[in-house]
Amino acid sequence: MNNKEEQLNALNDIRKMMDRSSRFISLSGLSGVFAGFTALVGAWLAHVQLSSYLNQSGEYSRIGYDSDLDLEYNLLKIGFGVLIIALAGGFLLTLRQSKKKKLPFWDHTIKKLLINLAIPLVAGGLFIIALLVAHPGTYALVAPACLVFYGLALINASKYTYGDIRFLGICEIVLGLIALFYSGYGLYFWAIGFGILHIFYGMLMYFKYERAD
Amino acid sequence: MKNPIEALNKIFDSRIRLGVMSVLIVNDSISFNELKQLLDLTDGNLASHLNTLEQAQYLKIHKAFIGKKTNTTYSITELGRQSFKAHLDALEKMIKGI
Repeated sequence: MNNKEEQLNALNDIRKMMDRSSRFISLSGLSGVFAGFTALVGAWLAHVQLSSYLNQSGEYSRIGYDSDLDLEYNLLKIGFGVLIIALAGGFLLTLRQSKKKKLPFWDHTIKKLLINLAIPLVAGGLFIIALLVAHPGTYALVAPACLVFYGLALINASKYTYGDIRFLGICEIVLGLIALFYSGYGLYFWAIGFGILHIFYGMLMYFKYERAD
Repeated sequence: MKNPIEALNKIFDSRIRLGVMSVLIVNDSISFNELKQLLDLTDGNLASHLNTLEQAQYLKIHKAFIGKKTNTTYSITELGRQSFKAHLDALEKMIKGI
C-alpha cells in the first residue's frame, strides 16, 4: 500500500533526524583500532623500561643516579606520547569518516561528546597526578585508576555517540577493578584495557557501522 | 467508523516540519544554522516552516547575541511535545491498522 509506505518513510525520517541531531555518528571504529595498537606499543616500551630498571641495567645502572625519578620520567614520556599519537590518529580517522558521511565534523554533537568524555577524564587525570605527587608508594593504583576513570568517561559519553561505547566503558571499569586486586600486574591490565579492548571494539564498530554503509 | 487520518496533525504533513520537530524533541535547544545544516535547507525555506510551527505554539524562539551576530535558538514547547507524540501514536495506529 502506498499510504503505508509513505507513513513508514515518515517514521524512518523521524528516527534518522533524532539520531543525527543528538548523537555523533562519525566516530570511526578504525580510530579505536589505531589507539589500541598505539597503546600496545606504549605498553611494550614501558615494559622494556621497567625490566631494565629492575635489572639495574642500561641507563639505570649508573651509580649515584636517582633511578626512581628517571623511571617515572621515562614512563610519563611514554604515556603522553601514546596519548598524543592515539588522539591525533583518532581525530584524523574520524574527520575522514565524517567527510565520507557528508556530515559536519564540528557541530554540537561532537562538542557534547567531548565535554562529557572530558569531565571524568580530567578528574581521573588529576587523581592520578595527586597519587604520583602527594602519595608516594601508590604506583600500583595508577593503572587501575586509569582504567576505571576511562571507563566512567566512556559511559558518560556514550549517550552522545554509538551505544556500544557504553559496554566498552563497563569492560574497562571491570578490568580496572580486577587490576586493583593484582598489584604488580598493572601494566598487563593496562595493555589489555587500552590495547586489546580498543582493537576488539574498534573492529566491531568498523564492521557494524562502516562496512555496512 | 472513525477515519484514522483524522488523528494525524495537519501541521506535520510537511516532511520538513516533521524533521524540525524530530530534532527538537531530542535536543534541549538548537540554533537556526544547526537546523539548516541538519535538514539541508535554504534560509527562507526553513524560516517559513519555523514560522508555522511558532504560530502553532509548538516551539519557543530565543534570541541572543554572540558578539554582533544574532544567534537564534529554538526549543520545543510542552504543547509541541504532546502534539508530536499524538501524531506519532496516530502514525503507528495507521500502520498497524492498514
